[in-house]
Amino acid sequence: MTTTTPSSKPSPADELKAHLAAFDAFEKDGARRFPAWVNELRRAGISRFAALGFPTPRHEDWKYTNVAPIAQVPFKPAVNPSPVALTAADVARFAFAGLGGSRLVFVNGHFAPELSAISKSSGGVKLGSLAAAMSSDGDIVRQHLGRYASATDHAFRALNAAFFADGAFIFVPKGVAVEEPVHLLFVAGAGEDGTAAHPRNLIVAEAGSQLKVVESYVSAGGAASFTNAVTEIAVGEGANVEHCKLQDEGLNAFHVATIQSSLARDSRFTSHSISCGARIARHDINTVMTGEGVECVLNGLYIASGSQLVDHHMVVDHAQPRCASHEFFHGILGGKSRGVFNGKIFVRPGAQQTDAKQTNRNLLLTDEATVDTKPQLEIFADDVRCTHGATVGRLDEDAIFYLRSRGIPHSAARRMLTQAFASNILARIGIEPVRRHLDEFLQNRLDAEIRAVEG
Amino acid sequence: MALLEIRNLNAGIAGKHILKGINLSINAGEVHAIMGPNGSGKSTLSQVLAGRKTFNVISGEVVYNGKNLLELEPEERAHEGVFLAFQYPVEIPGVNNTYFLKAAYNEIRKHRGEPELDAMDFLALVKEKMKLLHLEQDLMNRPLNEGFSGGEKKRNEIFQMAVLDPKLAILDETDSGLDIDALRDVADGVNKLRRPDNAALVITHYQRLLNYVIPDFVHVLLNGCIVKSGGKELALELEEKGYDWLACQPCV
Repeated sequence: MTTTTPSSKPSPADELKAHLAAFDAFEKDGARRFPAWVNELRRAGISRFAALGFPTPRHEDWKYTNVAPIAQVPFKPAVNPSPVALTAADVARFAFAGLGGSRLVFVNGHFAPELSAISKSSGGVKLGSLAAAMSSDGDIVRQHLGRYASATDHAFRALNAAFFADGAFIFVPKGVAVEEPVHLLFVAGAGEDGTAAHPRNLIVAEAGSQLKVVESYVSAGGAASFTNAVTEIAVGEGANVEHCKLQDEGLNAFHVATIQSSLARDSRFTSHSISCGARIARHDINTVMTGEGVECVLNGLYIASGSQLVDHHMVVDHAQPRCASHEFFHGILGGKSRGVFNGKIFVRPGAQQTDAKQTNRNLLLTDEATVDTKPQLEIFADDVRCTHGATVGRLDEDAIFYLRSRGIPHSAARRMLTQAFASNILARIGIEPVRRHLDEFLQNRLDAEIRAVEG
Repeated sequence: MALLEIRNLNAGIAGKHILKGINLSINAGEVHAIMGPNGSGKSTLSQVLAGRKTFNVISGEVVYNGKNLLELEPEERAHEGVFLAFQYPVEIPGVNNTYFLKAAYNEIRKHRGEPELDAMDFLALVKEKMKLLHLEQDLMNRPLNEGFSGGEKKRNEIFQMAVLDPKLAILDETDSGLDIDALRDVADGVNKLRRPDNAALVITHYQRLLNYVIPDFVHVLLNGCIVKSGGKELALELEEKGYDWLACQPCV
């Protein structure tokens, strides 16, 4: 795709124009197929987007992540499903070996039934496309959609609210355990340059239910693409949800996404965010504890090289007492890549006996790689335990020497230690086939990184 | 020919001259002990022999098994049969103990032109050596040294030594921080590995370990040089008299 030269750089107003025009066209035509309440959400979304504009590094939350490369391209939202040029064989390579259960494939954000395989569900479990659910299960969707992920303060979420047309819908009724993990596969970059997908996922796990979900974002081709995803997860009382996201889009892709979870009393939520693709990847992972006794674990691993940028912005909101949140994020940065980690923890007044822990460790493989890591604790209760720690460093020379002294060659020792650093996070993934796949896949990726560093 | 021949070795770190002309000759089948107070240069010597680059060799030579040891990379020294049991074994989270040791073992075999051992055969070898050191199976499945107690770490060092079967083992303060049971197990392990075709250099502050691992020779290291050498009885003399009486001795 063409790059914009400074002289032709669009003004902020120009940047919005294409999106506003696209919205007008969408409203006149495609949006009619959606219920009126959905289109109200859209209008609220586009007006927030028009008011906010694309963020710039002057915004505190976007200080280290300049989204100008996204703003300057008039990405066209894929509001209608296009004829799928992909075959089952094309997407087979994105599957996780040994992972049973349903797989829902989305191309440019639209459900592709011919590429998907949905197991027969029992116990009232609903699993399918959000577009279909907006009419077939309108009451449930309306009760939850847009209730958790706020569009008011975030231009990309506002843009998603304006343009979302489809995504995954998962509903697990009270007390039901879904045995097999559900795999949601989002394929970008398959068509022309300049397509934007705005997938919207809604996951509702009612009281006492159990669910494991894997979201993976990949590119089927090298086209320039923009994925702007929002996933809302409502975890009911005593429910247990494990969510694993893999972002491995191509280097011509931009990826911005929010995972917003709302955790009811005594629930357990485990999230893994593995990000190694895209030119710019920005992940907002926000969690609100709405009841007491919640256990929340947020793991993350980001790997970047070349001129990639990967940003995790976390918000953990301890709105209720006696909840625990543990964040473990590791970053491995090579080339001239940049990593960002911002970990905000709120402990609201009255949220006594909060146990919040945050760790962000970064491994720089080159002198040119950088990372900006920042904990942000805002504590308004007194009987709490909050710890945070961040490190940025190179491989431990003592450890390298120890391994070499046992006969392991220098490069193998470096690989072993880098892999170990990644494994510390991957080992936490409770969905075995996904963990195994990522272990192997990232081992190859890291081997390539180390080879690149060693020239 | 001696297995290890150190001639007039001078070495230091960060501009500080620590080893000031070490001479030492070790034959196959022998156990040598180097004793000395803190700061005498004991650990510098072990690190230099293992190839730690943070220490720089100023002058002198070290011939090991007919080769110029100082020219070899740390991993090449290991391939040639040099093993250092660390005073402070490094904790390496995320690297499984067995996985690590199998990788090391097979690197050494590769160097010898021997086929790599598969997982089953390696496990059999590991089981046999674990009995020797009274190691718990659980230790093998844990990340390398992570969260190990002081005793477990030292046992793990000697266990690695048992598996890798070096020609020259350097034990750097292996007795420090051990309770009596661990000390016995560790010494027991070292003794069982003694053979006419290998040698050990036991570096220690105290004579205690030498009650169990009986050395053929004892050398006293003071201020970077060996001031006295003798038989095993020298260790007892040092235990009784301390190191002060040797302070004015010239280097040997």
